[in-house]
Amino acid sequence: MPAPDILVRAHELTKRFGQFTAVDAISFELRQGEAFGFLGPNGAGKSSTMRMIGCVSPPTGGELSILGMDPVADGPAIRSRLGVVPQEDTLDVELTVRENLLIYGRYFGLPRAVIADRTDRLLDFVQLTERGNDQVEPLSGGMKRRLTIARSLINDPEILLLDEPTTGLDPQARHVVWDRLFRLKQQGVTLILTTHYMDEAEQLCDRLVVMDGGKIAAEGSPRELIDQYSSAEVLELRFHPSEHDQAAEKLRDVPAERMEVLADRVLLYVPDGDAALAAAGDLGLEPLTSLVRRSTLEDVFLRLTGRRLED
Amino acid sequence: MSAPAVWQRQPAVEPAAAGARRVPGPVVMALREFRFWLVNYRRTWKGTIYSSVLNPVLYLGAMGLGLGKLVDQHGQLGRLGGVSYLVFLAPGLLAAAAMETAMGESTYPVLGSVKWLKTYYAAAAAPLRPRDIFHGHLMFTTMRLIMNCAIFLVVMSAFGAVKSAWVLAALPVAVLTGLAFAAPIEAFAITRDKDSSFAALFRFGMIPMFLFSGTFFPVSQLPAWIRPLAYVTPLWHGVALCRSLSLGTADLAGSLVHVGYLLALAAIGIAVGQRTYRRRLYV
Amino acid sequence: MSEQTLRKLPLRILPPALLATRRGALGGKESVHVVERHARAYRHQWVMLVSGFFEPLFYLLSIGVGLGELVGKVQFAGMSVGFTSFVAPALLATSAMNGAVLDSTFNVFFRLKYAKLYDSALATPMRSGDLALGEISWALIRGGLYACAFMVVMLAMGLVHSAWAVLAVPTALLIGFAFASVGMAATTFMKSWQHFEFILLATLPMFLFSATFYPLSVYPRPVQILVDVTPLYQGIAILRGLTLGVVTPGLLWHALYLAVLGVAGLALASRRISRLLLK
Repeated sequence: MPAPDILVRAHELTKRFGQFTAVDAISFELRQGEAFGFLGPNGAGKSSTMRMIGCVSPPTGGELSILGMDPVADGPAIRSRLGVVPQEDTLDVELTVRENLLIYGRYFGLPRAVIADRTDRLLDFVQLTERGNDQVEPLSGGMKRRLTIARSLINDPEILLLDEPTTGLDPQARHVVWDRLFRLKQQGVTLILTTHYMDEAEQLCDRLVVMDGGKIAAEGSPRELIDQYSSAEVLELRFHPSEHDQAAEKLRDVPAERMEVLADRVLLYVPDGDAALAAAGDLGLEPLTSLVRRSTLEDVFLRLTGRRLED
Repeated sequence: MSAPAVWQRQPAVEPAAAGARRVPGPVVMALREFRFWLVNYRRTWKGTIYSSVLNPVLYLGAMGLGLGKLVDQHGQLGRLGGVSYLVFLAPGLLAAAAMETAMGESTYPVLGSVKWLKTYYAAAAAPLRPRDIFHGHLMFTTMRLIMNCAIFLVVMSAFGAVKSAWVLAALPVAVLTGLAFAAPIEAFAITRDKDSSFAALFRFGMIPMFLFSGTFFPVSQLPAWIRPLAYVTPLWHGVALCRSLSLGTADLAGSLVHVGYLLALAAIGIAVGQRTYRRRLYV
Repeated sequence: MSEQTLRKLPLRILPPALLATRRGALGGKESVHVVERHARAYRHQWVMLVSGFFEPLFYLLSIGVGLGELVGKVQFAGMSVGFTSFVAPALLATSAMNGAVLDSTFNVFFRLKYAKLYDSALATPMRSGDLALGEISWALIRGGLYACAFMVVMLAMGLVHSAWAVLAVPTALLIGFAFASVGMAATTFMKSWQHFEFILLATLPMFLFSATFYPLSVYPRPVQILVDVTPLYQGIAILRGLTLGVVTPGLLWHALYLAVLGVAGLALASRRISRLLLK
């Protein structure tokens, strides 16, 4: 008997499309009230995992239990308790903003009066009250995203699934979305989200797994992952393209925990960035630009997979 | 890891490169847009040929031969100018097919280029002016009209539905009929934001014209009060002229009136289209 | 075998996954929400909805004033029938076919591939069967309205010759059901708009050759058999029998044909939607 506060339990969960394995025997558990993230580049298997949790994609192998039920046999029963924000907005452009919530609510079999009451509060929550009777099409990208989030909350879900909630939004719109999601989290809604933005993961997730090539590469809180897989500081150096390779070679003499040579930059993982910069200067290197910063999840990902997140 | 290849601008000293910077004449510009449509069409032309052949075969077979049998038996041929129903119907369908081709090319593809695929904006970012884009698409429409009407004429002759060698002149007339629709409708389509008005155009424009402008029966059978409405439709002029050419009964004065009317519509469409394309693409 | 074992049997033979997809494979009462959605959407473009009625009306008028005069009378079941009376039921059948095909092909394809309407609905307790049944129900409601209006016009023009014509609207719905189901199933196999040429390739010859404009007897025997098996001909045969008052038990066979076609199409469409979206 699983602990009562485990909402999603996956054991060796696998999804194959023909010969291609999108999700490769991953295991994780999701507890009530936490914000859980899947971090990884495009094609890591995040969306496939999300679709399996959303009961719109039967697993090929392993076990998956959601709210104590089997997603294949009890799909409709589980879905009635989930909220889903898909990667691309699937708003109904033939309807107004309010009608989108109405029809979606009807799909859950909710009475009109209940939907009307929730619609008022949800539109207020996502700051779209004034646009209620407008058509969906002319809304900005950020507004559409917020409407999609409002729509996913119409059934008062126990778990909210968000697949790349802010991909394609401008910085300001992203912050508005983050703010709303943070408030939901404060209200005790369990969030599952995928992202390839490390800042998003750091902002929203209590706990996350790093996915790559269908497998889980690491698991923990953002802080734990950074402490475990990266240094305190990072020195980023950029050289003239003609000197890039030579400079990288010379930099091996600077003491560092690790060095990453990217196509356009060299990263030095060090306890003290300023000291490392001074050491590079002593070697006679003249970078075009230099930056000392704290380690982020991006660095964790680079360390774990040898690749960058946002390519 | 190696550094990515660096893109370098070519210095514009070679005569060829310098030539590319001179703005060419309107025909060359329009041809560039025409070529774009042509390249696109290479992917779909096979499907369109099937329907270009099948449409006349099906209609002439079912209506001309099948229904024609009943009409010819009923002995109303006097109303049809003394010819069999097949011979009466075929040139009318030719003009109607030109209308259909023109409407198809000038509605959704235009809105699609400006709204869904946005290829018109890509062309407008190159040296092409809005009018070049418009003319280029009209050229393509003309080419489609020539293809479809020529195929129709061949099928029609194979059915033995032609009475006179003058029918060859029906090809340019049918194409002109198509353009009398295509130019004004393209000028209109570019101003649209939704495709809902096209459905209305088809339902309340094309289908009534198809049914009442003399294609299937002489306009003289319509009640007198509604006949003038049929006479102002471009399709009636196209049908009447194609029919008189196919039957060998055309006279110069009547033909000139029909051609003049169709030319005027096409010219007005082109003049308006140059403005509406400009207004839409340069905001 | 006792009733108890019988009831347990499928559970033992079929894996639960298969049972789950079977349940509601033909759609349930939830499909009404799809109809609700379409009714909402069409409030914003009711002109489009109303205009759909005019197309068959234009055809009917054109035949009444034009071709009807040229053709005169047609021999049907030993009677001499006015051409317009002969063609009108065929036009009703064709309009039921065209309406159902339009709704279940172009519109469904758009919702499936572009509007992603079904993706969002399947994130809720709705099932693919509900979607298929909902789409078909909507097509039938719309087709039913058009059929009623068409029958009123036929009555006004004196083209209804028998009280059996009260069954014409239900028959039009049956025709719509058959074509909507098959059309929707076909749509799930379509990959691009180009494939829609095939739909026209199927419906146009049916419209022109299914004894729409002249009796089946003008064809040579082999062609007659070919026409006889087309679903549109089945529909035209029933409607013509009803409005002209030539009602035989044979009409029931035509009705059965259309019903079977419709159910088979619906089952296939719902399975295919699952296959496409629940992967």
